[in-house]
Amino acid sequence: MSQRSPLARARGLGPAHGGTHHWWAQRITAIALAPLVFWFAFSLASLGAVEHATAAAWFRSPVNAVLALLLIAALFHHMQLGLQVVIEDYVHATGRKYVLLLAVKLATAILGIAAALSVLRLALVM
Amino acid sequence: MVMRPRPLSPHLQVYRLQWTMVLSITHRMTGVGLAFGAVLLVWWLIALAAGPEYFALVQRYLGSWIGRLLLLGCTWAAFYHLCNGIRHLCWDAGWGLELPAARNSGAVVVVFSVFLTLVAWAIAYGARGG
Repeated sequence: MSQRSPLARARGLGPAHGGTHHWWAQRITAIALAPLVFWFAFSLASLGAVEHATAAAWFRSPVNAVLALLLIAALFHHMQLGLQVVIEDYVHATGRKYVLLLAVKLATAILGIAAALSVLRLALVM
Repeated sequence: MVMRPRPLSPHLQVYRLQWTMVLSITHRMTGVGLAFGAVLLVWWLIALAAGPEYFALVQRYLGSWIGRLLLLGCTWAAFYHLCNGIRHLCWDAGWGLELPAARNSGAVVVVFSVFLTLVAWAIAYGARGG
């Protein structure tokens, strides 16, 4: 049993050493995602065409590319935070929990970077 | 540190199912489901960046009946999670925490998410003509 006073333990920003950072990051990414998802969903829907050329051209617009990159950043961060909470709620065996948490962090990073790179490739075609 | 399985007091077996509970777990389930949907999105983006041949292949998969079913589910999950997410943000701000308000906002979320899904799909089918 730790001899530290409750204040000292709280000053370490709580047991997860993050304080309320996770809570705020989840809300801020959520606020960013709300308009971005609306925009992306309806843009995609009205894109219509199934051909490569039309879809690729859509990403060449700098506005679309920038918004898409913002969406990707917010989305995969929000996803990582959300999955983290789910894992913490249901997985209690310490080893398994940390492996899963790290795996999720890695997976969301890979997915986010892959998505961003794809958008950049499409946007930077001269 | 391995933990012995601890006893849990009964919950699902004894509590009467409320809409607020159902919407809450649905929010979590759509969240996790959308994580899988995000993989699909990345696959689509990679295919788009890869070129017309691979993109056509991915579009064929997504255009199959099972692909469309999956996309429909993802669309609804996204709109539900979005609407309910806004409901959560309102609660974080302190609005609508009273039980009648929470029930009503819940109904709005369900109806609106279905409506948005239908609108999005109507637009998509309209834009491509089928």
